[in-house]
Amino acid sequence: MLKELEELKTKAVSELDGIDNLGDLEKWRVRYLGRKGSLTTVLRGLGTLSVEERRTVGAVANELKATLESGLQQKQEALKTQNLVDTIEQTRIDVTLPGYPVSIGRLHPTTRTLREVCSVFSSMGFQVVEGPEVEWDYYNFEALNIPQDHPARDMWATFWVDTEGAGRSRLLRTHTSPMQIRLMEKTRPPVRAVVPGKVYRYEATDATHEFMFYQVEGLAVDKGITMGDLKGTLFEFARRLFGAERKARFRCDYFPFVEPGVEMAIDCFVCQGAGCRLCSNTGWIEILGAGMVHPDVLRRVDYDPDVYTGFAFGMGVERIPLLKYGIDDIRLFYSNDLRFLKQF
Amino acid sequence: MKVPFSWLREYVSVSLSASEIAQRLTMAGVEANLTKATRQSWDKITVGQIMALEPHPNADRLQLATIDFGQGQSKVVCGATNVRIGDKVPFAQVGAELVDGHSGKPVRLKPAKIRGVASEGMACSEKELGISESHEGVLVLPADAPLGIPLADYLADAVLDLEVTPNRPDCLSILGVAREVAALTKQEMRLPSSSYEEAGPEIQKRVSVEIADPDLCRRYCASLTEGIKIGPSPAWMQQRLTASGMRPINNIVDITNYVMLEYGQPLHAFDFRKIGGARIVVRRARAGEKLTSLDGVDRELRPDMLVIADQSIPVAIAGVMGGADSEVTEVTTSVLLESANFNQVSIRRTSSGLKMRSEASMRFERGISPELTVPALWRATQLMLEIAGGTASKGMADVYPGKKEAKVIRLRTAYVMQLLGLEVSQEQIIDVLVSLGFQCVPAGSENTAVTIPYWRTDVSEPADLSEEVARILGYAAIPTTTLSSELPRQQVDTRLSFREQLRDLMVAAGFQEIITYSLTSQHKLTKAASAENAVHVANPLSTELEYLRTSLRPGLLTTLAANQKYEEGGIRLFEIGRVFLGRGSDLPDEREILGGVVSGPRGELSWFGEKGQSDFFDAKGAVESVLSRLGIEAEYEAGGEDKLRSGRVARVVVGQTTVGIIGEIHPRVAESFDLLPQSVALFELDIENLLSVAKEKQGYHPLSRFPRSVRDIAVLVDVQVPAKKMLGVVRSVPLVSQVSLFDLYSGRQVPVGKKSVAFRIAYQSDSHTLTEEELETTENEILDRLAKDVGAARRG
Repeated sequence: MLKELEELKTKAVSELDGIDNLGDLEKWRVRYLGRKGSLTTVLRGLGTLSVEERRTVGAVANELKATLESGLQQKQEALKTQNLVDTIEQTRIDVTLPGYPVSIGRLHPTTRTLREVCSVFSSMGFQVVEGPEVEWDYYNFEALNIPQDHPARDMWATFWVDTEGAGRSRLLRTHTSPMQIRLMEKTRPPVRAVVPGKVYRYEATDATHEFMFYQVEGLAVDKGITMGDLKGTLFEFARRLFGAERKARFRCDYFPFVEPGVEMAIDCFVCQGAGCRLCSNTGWIEILGAGMVHPDVLRRVDYDPDVYTGFAFGMGVERIPLLKYGIDDIRLFYSNDLRFLKQF
Repeated sequence: MKVPFSWLREYVSVSLSASEIAQRLTMAGVEANLTKATRQSWDKITVGQIMALEPHPNADRLQLATIDFGQGQSKVVCGATNVRIGDKVPFAQVGAELVDGHSGKPVRLKPAKIRGVASEGMACSEKELGISESHEGVLVLPADAPLGIPLADYLADAVLDLEVTPNRPDCLSILGVAREVAALTKQEMRLPSSSYEEAGPEIQKRVSVEIADPDLCRRYCASLTEGIKIGPSPAWMQQRLTASGMRPINNIVDITNYVMLEYGQPLHAFDFRKIGGARIVVRRARAGEKLTSLDGVDRELRPDMLVIADQSIPVAIAGVMGGADSEVTEVTTSVLLESANFNQVSIRRTSSGLKMRSEASMRFERGISPELTVPALWRATQLMLEIAGGTASKGMADVYPGKKEAKVIRLRTAYVMQLLGLEVSQEQIIDVLVSLGFQCVPAGSENTAVTIPYWRTDVSEPADLSEEVARILGYAAIPTTTLSSELPRQQVDTRLSFREQLRDLMVAAGFQEIITYSLTSQHKLTKAASAENAVHVANPLSTELEYLRTSLRPGLLTTLAANQKYEEGGIRLFEIGRVFLGRGSDLPDEREILGGVVSGPRGELSWFGEKGQSDFFDAKGAVESVLSRLGIEAEYEAGGEDKLRSGRVARVVVGQTTVGIIGEIHPRVAESFDLLPQSVALFELDIENLLSVAKEKQGYHPLSRFPRSVRDIAVLVDVQVPAKKMLGVVRSVPLVSQVSLFDLYSGRQVPVGKKSVAFRIAYQSDSHTLTEEELETTENEILDRLAKDVGAARRG
């Protein structure tokens, strides 16, 4: 019996060594450790032996069972690991293939710029408000010190809307400035707001002219607001939008609804102020118009100009990306060629 | 306004370069670009240098100068006493065209023998070069002038090209600019001489002037000069007019233009003999009156136009253009010179009505002072006598019904400091204002009484005077401060943040944002939506841009069509913009709309394979995702609209409110927008309506601690049964926590008229683990209800 067990052990162990897949391993298990397996049969035969023999053979048989079971387990582990390694090896991919396309859209460059501009002013306490694009002559011109037949009207070529019956004159607003009046009519000082929006000019389009574009208007009115505050606010804006290294300057300019009037320029970022084509050899690039709110404008909305002062500014929005990215044709913005829009 | 630098220098001493002056003017509000005047002649005139000087053997007052002119040396006789050896001078070779120093006429330089000594060439004076009237010695050039180069290259007169803002008519004159330059450089300005001898009879005896409509003419002055001789004006005057952008005509016309440029006062010269009755009447035109203007065009005059008439007929359109009949011609001998002040609004209306914007009308419509008429008239009459000869009448006609006292403004120093945020003293303020011609009388240390000079018609407020102070001291002097006033209460406009959130969601959903013109054509509106209530532009740029859009569709479809040429894959576009719905004579209703289009293959072309062509469901999927993200539960109701394809349109309804529409465009619409023949799905959502139904998120649903079970059910149902109804039935059954319609099939193995629909249903309870029995019961209930409500039968 012991000899039989010894032979069984030698055979089983050598067979186990040769097994290289889980299927054969299972067959091996059934053959030796299964219900009808060789070892089980041997163990079942123990009953025919004497007590003495049973003890000796039993101990050997149990030890053999333990040996075979642990061999089985080790083999199982080894084969599983091998399997995994093989699988991984066989399922390599070309990681340079393009990924599964996920479509994410893009904002229009004007939207991006508007958000940038408004967020700078929001952080300075300016509230964002909007107004109508079709306006009364009164708000667009008259209330802003530009009466009928005023030569300054030539500064804003205007689209007029058909007049219905005896109605008042309507137009496509030529600037966002009418909102200065609408805002002040509705509230008492302090006022601090920016007004983004579309404006229209009756102009033939070319690389530098578009009949529709965006402006952002700004207005701050309260006791004690000075031209120094205007300078501080706008210089900070220029620094945040164009970079800390940009220089900004104020020069005198004329807009009928401000006094003193200002044009702000930044030093040219192409030539650093030396003079080039972009800045028409002046070294400076105009970016906005501004000034202290005209006393007549304040009086018109019942603000006492001896008590309240304020400033206003207005800027073209497309001009900012035009300058920043060197875009040479403003018409690209609203012709919406995706080859252009997808660059932003 | 073009200002030749040499002309400017006549009235103000300038030690700075022309470019420095241009820069200072620009900073002070008169934008100046530096250009150079082009010279017509100056051929054979170069920069030369005096190499030697010796006395003329036969004349004490003359010298012999040896001049190096680059290509050689020449010995010339020279009468000037202001030259030294080594001086650079303009040297004219034989054959050069010059102005005769005495007669002022053009001459061609010939070799000459002067007092027995041959002279080949000439060192020239300013007058001989046609630069100015100065004939006092040779023009000595700066020492660094390069020897031998053409004088035109070296000495082309710098011209300041000014962009004068509409508030500063005073800067539409050389004297006005000189005044600015004087104030900016702390120099004194000089005025031209304007005295002359009045040798003729008293003007009142020769001509009568009447202003019949004083509301349109505040002042009318005229001088009369008889016995003049018409001819070309002198070279220096022609040179300046040309450099200023005006064409020389004859001496009289040139003088009127010259003085207009110099003083900013338009003048008009009449041939006095053509003025019927020697009488000037300033009046409105009468109905039916006509005038042939100087440019030869017959003009119909309207009764609101101001004319200058003689005793019977109009002879000029006041301030705009003269009449051809009374024009100064070669045979004119008597000139009535008008210097008047006309109403600015009237001039603007007349000139734009007749489409005759002129240098004169431009100055009048900006509002010049009636005080300017007399000095300009003196100057012009003086020049006329000097250049064209003749005899001036004694005195001038001067009718002045619109005289006003000079305006005085009380200026508080504290106001200036507060407005500018700049520390400035009363003394500084007065200094600046006086340098600009304002009269200042201090009233204590705090106030100053400021009298406005007549030429500053733009100044009427302390704020205006503050600007004068700031711009002359320089805006750079103003400190940079931070707003320190109280922050206004913020009234948050939820519409704006909601709209921006929509933009971000559309981008996340794979849509490219576009911004299209608000103006479109009636044709496009009619094709894609409706032109009803569209607001019409009275002066459109073209018929393509004639109406304010009532729909975003024209822009979306036009953009889609334009991009189909370049895009391989599908296109998904959106726009958020206003549409304009007319409301009679009121301002239109401006509604903000989110619109989108989807067309072409789904997703990008990729090696993962194609996913079919996008259609209605791509647009709907986007809308569903966006709305669900905003917490809006919408219903989609099949509906019709004739621009969209029948059977593929749904209204988006939330509660009782229709917030938008989704649909594929009608093939005919696609055709009219030149779109590729493939389905184009679009959607439109009204942002305000959407906002009105969007709710703030309220609380949350706790997560169930109990497991959920997922089972599929497939049913057969009539093809007409809408999915929405089936889904509603399934959802209404208790314990159903989620349901997805994941398969839809009709065709083989499905009876005709039926479709197979499969749902994946998740069951879950918040209170316990569901038993197999419960699941069974619930599933049966779903099937029962589906059978009862929509006639569905479980599929095998």
